[in-house]
Amino acid sequence: MRKRNKNFELYSGGTPSLRGTLAKILILGIVDAGVGFVLMVLIGKHKISFAVFFGLVALLINWIYLRRGGLPAKYLAPGVILLIAFQVYVVIFSGYISFTNYGALHNGSYTEALDAIQQAAVEPIEGATEYEMKVVKSKDGTIQFVALDTTNGKIYMGGQDYAQHPWHEVTTAEGLVVDDSGHPTAITGQVFLSDDEVSSIDPGITAYKIPLGPNLDTDGFIATADAFYAQQNRFSYIYDKDKRSMTRLSDNKVFPADDAKGFFENSDGEILSEIGWQVRVGWSNYKKIFGDKELRGPLSGIILWTFLFAFLSVFTTFVLGLTLALIFNDERIRGLKIYRAIFILPYAFPAFLSAYVWRGMLNTENGFINRSILGFMGPDHRIPWLEQQGTARIAVLMVNLWLGFPYMLLICTGALQAIPNDLTEAAGIDGASPWKIVRLIKLPLLLVSLAPLLIASFAYNFNNFGAIYLVTGGGPFLNPTLKVNAGATDILITFVYRIAFGGAQGADYGLASAFSVLIFMLIGSISFFSFKRTRGLEELTQ
Amino acid sequence: MTNVQAHHPNVRRRSAGRWFKQVGWKHILALVVIAYATFPLVYIVSTSLTNMGGIENFTLFGQFYTKNYSDLLTSPDYPFLTWMKNTVTLAGFTAVISVFISALAAFAFSRLRFKGRRPGLLALILIQMFPSILGLTAVYGILSKLTDYVPAIGLGTKAGLILVYLGGSLGGGTYLMYGFFNTIPKELDEAAKIDGATHTQIYFKIILRLVAPVLAVMALLSFIGTFGDYVLASIVFNTTDQYTVAVGLNLLLADPWSKNWAMFAAGAVMSSLPIVILFVSLQKYITNGLTGGAVKG
Repeated sequence: MRKRNKNFELYSGGTPSLRGTLAKILILGIVDAGVGFVLMVLIGKHKISFAVFFGLVALLINWIYLRRGGLPAKYLAPGVILLIAFQVYVVIFSGYISFTNYGALHNGSYTEALDAIQQAAVEPIEGATEYEMKVVKSKDGTIQFVALDTTNGKIYMGGQDYAQHPWHEVTTAEGLVVDDSGHPTAITGQVFLSDDEVSSIDPGITAYKIPLGPNLDTDGFIATADAFYAQQNRFSYIYDKDKRSMTRLSDNKVFPADDAKGFFENSDGEILSEIGWQVRVGWSNYKKIFGDKELRGPLSGIILWTFLFAFLSVFTTFVLGLTLALIFNDERIRGLKIYRAIFILPYAFPAFLSAYVWRGMLNTENGFINRSILGFMGPDHRIPWLEQQGTARIAVLMVNLWLGFPYMLLICTGALQAIPNDLTEAAGIDGASPWKIVRLIKLPLLLVSLAPLLIASFAYNFNNFGAIYLVTGGGPFLNPTLKVNAGATDILITFVYRIAFGGAQGADYGLASAFSVLIFMLIGSISFFSFKRTRGLEELTQ
Repeated sequence: MTNVQAHHPNVRRRSAGRWFKQVGWKHILALVVIAYATFPLVYIVSTSLTNMGGIENFTLFGQFYTKNYSDLLTSPDYPFLTWMKNTVTLAGFTAVISVFISALAAFAFSRLRFKGRRPGLLALILIQMFPSILGLTAVYGILSKLTDYVPAIGLGTKAGLILVYLGGSLGGGTYLMYGFFNTIPKELDEAAKIDGATHTQIYFKIILRLVAPVLAVMALLSFIGTFGDYVLASIVFNTTDQYTVAVGLNLLLADPWSKNWAMFAAGAVMSSLPIVILFVSLQKYITNGLTGGAVKG
């Protein structure tokens, strides 16, 4: 308690400068003006709940900065707000999604799915006439179709809103003029659109459905694929609002909405359409991860390799970086600074570029490594770097070593230079060999100070998407018979990325989110306990 | 160097053999390490000077073909200079703002005592470990909502992406800077307080100035991080004019049969050159920036 009071005194009081006060007022003013603008937009769009939420956040910000005291909040607010908006929210959202079936097949809400299913399944009415058509526009901007039935020369016209512009036969009473071939050329109050004008209609003309009667579902509609010919169409499925079911017109089978699965499914287990809607599925994504046999096989291998990859990446980069740091922490070497500057070049080169460059260099037939560096081995003994599991795994570790050793070199050099000279000199006088000094004095001290960074490095490599995805894409894919596409160098995150964003299985955000939650918990708890242990270690040695 | 010689007055009298055993071999090793560290870079520079399409066998510096560079700078399909400008704007703003905001938070964690300080610090590090690449759907969701309500920071805008980057970079940045702030003696704050300084004056005029080189390095590291982002930039932007270098250069490689490998190499060299130069010239400060206070215990 005493400590807190002392702190409070240290950072309170003093005379604020005029410039400081003005800057504060100015910044807060700009923020408030921005918030005010957004609020007006939100209210204009009738997003009242959003507006209220936004307004409350703005009030909170003003309160934090205008009141006396509450110093920590003043320094933390900008960071915390951004962190919550773009990081914490992402975590929570992913947690929520992991309990849904959200994915390519279950993309939106029930009504969106309903719409998409109906719009996607349209069939021509059997034996119905085909028309030659033109598009007209009236003064108020209404688009209508004018269609010529070539079998009898009759001309029809109608718009999307049946009540306003019903589908009907056009006669000379409406000012209809036809040319020699019977095609309409003029109608009173309508402008015939050119091809260019038609193609600039938004949304495209193919999206237009001109009802043939007051009920679009049962009466059918006129639609066109190319704006030159039009057909009478109907929806393949009719929706029953009260029963929440779809009826397929071709065989009159009924598909009730299954809210557990997010599909329309009939009693035979047949699914009406691949398009479904998003529903909560409880723990089923998690159950799939732990229970699905198809998944379990490749998954255990991938998890093992992920740990191995992360550990070996930290280990190899640390050993190389440390060795170089020990050897080159020697002021007697001339040009040391230049050496060091060149050593860390891989770290300065943008990592995504390096990954691509390595991918090119590792090509078996034409890659720089096989052709030039290992060219002496002859064309028959080229190493199939990215084509076999063992070599591909060695290759990604090699790439990651090159990418990562400069970082370790930098932090080891920094840590070495922070070790007081008297310590090592005293040991030297006592007759300790250089190796002993390293092993018994420098290394333990280094490990204490670098442990948090090594843990962070492990966590980073555990999820090192770029080092795998940009070099091998997770491949080679040696077992194409697997339902789940697992590559030989896939670590968890690249594997899950493929599940989430495409590949043969189609995007499955729900399953991917469940994975991301598990990965987060796994690496988070590993790091948490390691940090705790190192803190203990530190206290022991001091 | 003169300093070293003063410590070793007998340095000239040493035999060559002994010199080699103690220092000389390190020069040879250094050359080996240099070869290792730079051969992919030498390769890409050399590739950029060839007229190869794919990854063909070639001799290092067997050609000096500069057309890739001029093509890339003038091509209407690959507006490289626009990509550079976009990337520098994005990365620049992100770097400066994220360093500023992280430094604010780090000051609070280092100097002020408040409830939840330690758990807060831990939470900051742990939240960074969420595999954010899998949170893309959420990020996309946020941005498309923003597109509806506040288009200025929605999809396809730099401001929107900068906000996303900021959210992602604050945790790590704050932690590193926290370590560094801890190494600045509190006595300085106390002295300033006696002179009548407010907390803002202590923060801006004393602490920030002392850590200025570290701030520069943190900004540089953030800059490189943003520069290298492909995934986020590729979901936010969808016209060639909006692309960043990372997304744009990927276009050159997108088609495996296209004849663009050398052009990609030229782009890689041009885009990384400024960063490499900055990095090497700031090298002295970089160690401190990376380790924060960690190595000073």
